[in-house]
Amino acid sequence: MADSSAAAAHHAAPGHGPSGDVTKRDLLQLIATAGAVIGAGAIAWPLIDSMNPSKDVLALSSVDVDLAPVIEGQGITIVWQGKPIFVRHRTAAEIKEAQDTPLGQLIQPQADSARVKAGHDQWIILVGICTHLGCVPLGNKPSDPRGDYGGWFCPCHGSQYDTSGRVRHGPAPANLALPPYAFESDTKIKVG
Amino acid sequence: MAGLTKSEFANPVINWIDTRLPIFTMLQKEYGVFPTPKNFNYFWNFGALAMVCLAIMIITGIFLAMNYQPNTELAFNSIQHIMRDVNYGWLLRYVHQNGASMFFIVTYIHIFRGLYYGSYKTPRELLWMLGVVILLVMMATAFMGYVLPWGQMSYWGATVITNLFSAFPVVGPKIVTLLWGGFSVDNPTLNRFFALHYLLPFVLVGVVFLHIAALHITGSNNPLGIDVKSPQDTLPFHPYYTIKDSVGICVFLIVWAIFVFFVPHTLGDPNNFIPANPLQTPADIVPEWYFLPYYAILRSVPNKLLGVCMMFGSLIVLFVLPWLDTSRVRSARFRPIYRQLIWVWVLSFVVLGYCGMHKPEGIYVVLSRVATLYYFLHFLVILPILGKLERPLPLPESISQPVLRGRGGGPLPGSATAKPMEKA
Repeated sequence: MADSSAAAAHHAAPGHGPSGDVTKRDLLQLIATAGAVIGAGAIAWPLIDSMNPSKDVLALSSVDVDLAPVIEGQGITIVWQGKPIFVRHRTAAEIKEAQDTPLGQLIQPQADSARVKAGHDQWIILVGICTHLGCVPLGNKPSDPRGDYGGWFCPCHGSQYDTSGRVRHGPAPANLALPPYAFESDTKIKVG
Repeated sequence: MAGLTKSEFANPVINWIDTRLPIFTMLQKEYGVFPTPKNFNYFWNFGALAMVCLAIMIITGIFLAMNYQPNTELAFNSIQHIMRDVNYGWLLRYVHQNGASMFFIVTYIHIFRGLYYGSYKTPRELLWMLGVVILLVMMATAFMGYVLPWGQMSYWGATVITNLFSAFPVVGPKIVTLLWGGFSVDNPTLNRFFALHYLLPFVLVGVVFLHIAALHITGSNNPLGIDVKSPQDTLPFHPYYTIKDSVGICVFLIVWAIFVFFVPHTLGDPNNFIPANPLQTPADIVPEWYFLPYYAILRSVPNKLLGVCMMFGSLIVLFVLPWLDTSRVRSARFRPIYRQLIWVWVLSFVVLGYCGMHKPEGIYVVLSRVATLYYFLHFLVILPILGKLERPLPLPESISQPVLRGRGGGPLPGSATAKPMEKA
């Protein structure tokens, strides 16, 4: 450290040659510094890593949902990794509306078939977080305002989503995200 | 006095900062070229080791606090959560838990160094007293930290220690209720202990800063206990003592690591694996090892108030030590009688610690009373009288002199002896 200062340079060690010469001492100093840096990193890592999700948090990474009690037209909200997950049992009219929407009208074009599992058209599963600034959109309950497209309506800044969870009216830039999930049976899914 | 500093640093960025805020000049002055007696032995490492302890305790403590719950319902389980679930939580906790012991052992040796070499004597009285303040704050911090895991020993330790204040007449019980924030050790107590346990280490940092500031005014004492006479008696702090401290730090961290990785629970009490139960006191209540001597003093006195006063007195007496010791010779090396009695005092401290581990029955009562008696006699009677009676050995003329002449160095090439060397 002292060698970085002019004041200390006057005390320059006898091992140093005239300025510009590389000496054994320079090598030793480099090795020592490198060793110290590696050591500091090894010490810092456990501290930093302790702030990552702990094992009990990671253990909550998947949730089983029983779909049997959810009747047509009804939506439920479950919690996965601390986030709301919308599970909606769509009516035939809602499915048709979502499938018939021309992709050209969409802000982020995506076919409805790409947003549901094949053979399970009636179930739309979404991460219930507005892609604008993270509010939870209304519309999962039939009594909620659902906006002009019959899907979801975000109360924070007025973004609107259709029955496939695709954004139809800004300011949200993207469709509602799809969580990873799989059907374990016709009435049971595993999210995560 | 306002005005920019004329910085000597070549690096333009450092120079720019240094001109406006001369921290680099200060560091260079206080830790670079700072003239330090050249005859330090390894006892002079322990101040630096204590600083390392404080830094490690604060850092690990901050990360532990991110996962700890200061609530009686959650505290015990949150510790288990740290041990099992949090990434490297076991490491953070073991380093912190054993760190308390490491901090105390280092501090006790540091204090012994001061006692043996007379570092508390003029002009370093205030430096010493700041050190005693550090010890007291450390003890308060350690005690409150020990309560946080909310095991049986945590709970009953907190109960016993806070009840010490009930010994004071009239106001005693009121003070205890105030400390508890209730009528027993409970959630409010745990909450405030956590708040204070987080705060006090930063108070320590402040007092340590003053301790070091005072040290850099008086300069360090040394094993001979005589003043620095000329630049010839000193070495620049860097690289000589930065390297010597580094050696000590490496050895010290190895010891610490052995505890953390191989015997993390040796210094702890198994009772603290049982969650706190306010309805059942464990069969053996024992404080952590670093409090045992004071605990033994407390129990050696049959009277409640007197016992408490003696216990606190055993620490308070250190504040006036610079005036109790009437000898003007600092280092025990030149005090033939003190040199032996200081070991008797150390023995009394160790015996007290040993007695503190055992139930106050039979021989342990007698032993702890004798040791308590000597502990106080040493400071209050022997030191004031000894300074008048003892005939010290002749002091060397300078720090350099015994090195150059006496101790097997043989004649030196040239005549380095009395010639003032050129040194920054």
